[in-house]
Amino acid sequence: MTKKSKFIYLTIIIFFTAAAIAGLKHKRKKILRKRSSKKSIEIPVKAPPFSEGIYPCSECHDDLEVNYKRRKLVDEHDNIVLKHDEKNRWCLDCHSAAKRNWLHLAGGKLVSFKESYKLCGQCHGPKLRDWKRGVHGKRTGYWNGKKKYLLCVHCHNPHDPKFKPLKPLPPPVRQENIK
Amino acid sequence: MTTNDKHNKTDKFKKFTRKNFLETAASAAGFMLTGCKFDSSLEELFRQKFRTLSEAEKKEIIDRLEKKYSKKYGKKFKVSRKEPIEGTLFGYALDLSRCIGCRRCVYACVKENNQSRKPQIHWIQVLQMEDEKGTDLFHSDVHYNPPKVPEEGHFYMPVACQQCRNPQCTTVCPVKATWQEPDGIVVVDYNWCIGCRNCMAACPYGARHFNWGEPHIPQDEINPNTHYLGNRPRMKGVVEKCTFCIQRVRIGKYPSCVEICPVGARKFGNLLDPESEIRYILKNKRVFVLKEELNTQPKFYYFFGI
Amino acid sequence: MKFLKFLRLSVKVFFRGGRYFYFWIGFLTLLMIWGASGYIHQFNNGLIETNMRDSVSWGFYIGNFTFLVGVAAASVMLVIPAYLYEWKPIKEVVIFGEILAVSSVLMCLLFIAVDMGRPLRFWHMLPVLGTMNFPSSILTWDFFVLNSYLLLNFFVVTYLLYNAFLKKEYNKSIVMPLIFISIPLAVGIHTVTAFLYNGMPARHFWNSAILAPKFLTSAFCSGPAVMLILFQILRKITNFKIKDEVIWKIAELMAYAMFINLFLIGSEIFKEYYSDTEQLIYHHYLFSGIGKQKDLVVYSWSSLIFGIIAFCLFLIPKTRKNFFTLNIGAVLIYISVYIEKGIGLIIPAFTPDVLGQFYIYTPSWTEVRVAAGIFSAGFLLFTFMVKVAIAIIFEGFDIDTYEKLKSKDIFRGIKGYHKEPS
Repeated sequence: MTKKSKFIYLTIIIFFTAAAIAGLKHKRKKILRKRSSKKSIEIPVKAPPFSEGIYPCSECHDDLEVNYKRRKLVDEHDNIVLKHDEKNRWCLDCHSAAKRNWLHLAGGKLVSFKESYKLCGQCHGPKLRDWKRGVHGKRTGYWNGKKKYLLCVHCHNPHDPKFKPLKPLPPPVRQENIK
Repeated sequence: MTTNDKHNKTDKFKKFTRKNFLETAASAAGFMLTGCKFDSSLEELFRQKFRTLSEAEKKEIIDRLEKKYSKKYGKKFKVSRKEPIEGTLFGYALDLSRCIGCRRCVYACVKENNQSRKPQIHWIQVLQMEDEKGTDLFHSDVHYNPPKVPEEGHFYMPVACQQCRNPQCTTVCPVKATWQEPDGIVVVDYNWCIGCRNCMAACPYGARHFNWGEPHIPQDEINPNTHYLGNRPRMKGVVEKCTFCIQRVRIGKYPSCVEICPVGARKFGNLLDPESEIRYILKNKRVFVLKEELNTQPKFYYFFGI
Repeated sequence: MKFLKFLRLSVKVFFRGGRYFYFWIGFLTLLMIWGASGYIHQFNNGLIETNMRDSVSWGFYIGNFTFLVGVAAASVMLVIPAYLYEWKPIKEVVIFGEILAVSSVLMCLLFIAVDMGRPLRFWHMLPVLGTMNFPSSILTWDFFVLNSYLLLNFFVVTYLLYNAFLKKEYNKSIVMPLIFISIPLAVGIHTVTAFLYNGMPARHFWNSAILAPKFLTSAFCSGPAVMLILFQILRKITNFKIKDEVIWKIAELMAYAMFINLFLIGSEIFKEYYSDTEQLIYHHYLFSGIGKQKDLVVYSWSSLIFGIIAFCLFLIPKTRKNFFTLNIGAVLIYISVYIEKGIGLIIPAFTPDVLGQFYIYTPSWTEVRVAAGIFSAGFLLFTFMVKVAIAIIFEGFDIDTYEKLKSKDIFRGIKGYHKEPS
């Protein structure tokens, strides 16, 4: 062999080794693949978030005559400013006039406050579907066991459902100042 | 050497009562000769990689660690070494149309996982993005600090370890101090890491963080429920990262960022369970992963829940 | 023992020298102490003493490491023409190339060591004792080839000098295969170091197939540049002999390497700017700065301009053969490559970081101190080995003179050693 060809030979060896490493890198790692089809255990719900002393509604409303007229509330509930499709809707579209401690669906079916999500789901169908699977809204507890749900109204004020801005926690220290 | 032999040997070693004295003397002598302060005991210095230790050795090390931490932080410590649950592969999803950038997750994570307060380490970086630029990382900002979030014209993208199926960081580690567990969590053996930071250079998500100085955590803020491969207190000079809260998820709990999130943007579950939340998202939502082109195959998905 | 005599002679020879020599040694020792005390500081408090942070997690140390790998590789690669073309004049200086290689690799390993967060755990990288992540981690490859390269060259140098000391002809069947291994290994250390960066898709700035060839050609510029200057200094102040033709020949080879290097840089720049992907941002930061962040612009442009000037000086025979312009060229190309392979390689890869955040890195005082300490350790080793080599090769010190050379001769050295007229 001439000296030149020796050099070329060595170069070839180096490149093959490099190719070999690249190949080995692609060896896939085995990951345990076993399906668990445990059904999750449902859903202890926190009590609906009523303002203090406001429930049961019948305490006051039983003695009052139902006023079907759309109007601005002044004597009571004047803190409620409806910002939820307010052009088309009003209190009695959701609150039952006949049974004051209940809500009602569009078709008149009564729904308890504990199941208010059914009412929300009339318009927000896909959200309700996601919520039922724990994808919309928050779940806490066990990913493989008991979970705690929140109702829609725990996060969204039904009269003004847009989530309210929060004060952010402090930003990270700039790396220049990490000493 | 069999396990028994090893165990006998360590037993004998334990009986050697002057060991501690000698060790202190040796490190003092070392300090006088070189001016270097040695912050690890001889046992720690020569400890083998956790994965290769026998059951007995693991137990012994963990007992010693629990004692050491309990003494240092004045609280009863638990250092778990719980193995993966059979049939799990963890996945995570984050709803970009929900996140408001409030950073509750960042600090819940710091507290749960005993990240150093000074020098500060945050495993989660929340990026403020500009609406008209989309998910362009080069127009992001982590230092935003308006009085209220979300800010008009912006959305928020928290980034932590993406728990890749094909992680670059474990490939490049020269000493196999970091690896992917069977349940898909990429972990670090803090006692085996040499601090070369090759994994940090290789990580495309900035998910790995280095203890540039001696980590400091106030005694009353320490979380004593720890895992050996997760949130136990670290030492200076080693790399750490998000473990999906290994100490929580291996006993069935949700990671602490999921629990704290006020808008429910964070979702977690078992990718192998077709009934899980995460599988529902993969099936029904428009998901994407960060830097898909790099073939890291993250198990951390971003989606638009709207 | 003859070998003990060899060692004792080496030590004695080392201490021969005049006032300037002792000034030089004193200077290096002081720098080493300064660096070591900086390192102790870093050892005790952690790498927080450096200015590296999570965004820019490698810096000055790794940059110097990369540059020195180039010097180490190139100083042996000069052997290639010597052996392939049987060009005798270069052959004589091969051993000095290898001495430079040994000193540079030692500095490389020291730079790696000081960059480690837990230096006492270095044994985790060793085979058998620790767990080498072989073959997937390129860093283990690098560690392995650098150490082999160090041992190999150190052995060859010692073996050649020891035989010359014994006035024996060295055994060709031992030396030649080793030299033939050391050539691909020289290519290897730099290629593997390039692959270390190049194999990371996370860092677009490095993730270019052209990186390894660029490393090799730039090494072929900087390594010989160091040697050219060292040879001239040695020729002036010691009995080291080297013909002008050798220097010119090396300079000519460097001119070719510089051309290829500039061509490769040009190709890279074309590809990045013409394709204009979002990843152009790193080149943008390097060459024009982003917004107010223009920290690297002056360096990148000086590197490029110095490289071009040096190329012209080395290309034109008239300036190549004029020692004044030759030396200017050598210094320029040295600076050019030092920037290109140091801060110009490491910092833009991390700025902005993978999430688009800017952290502007400049080395801290501790980093500068430690680096100065390492460089002086390397120079000290180089001085030692070169003095021994010159004494044995050019001044005729051997086993016979050793017997005559008693301790009073050392004092003769201290009083003032003068170059013998050649």
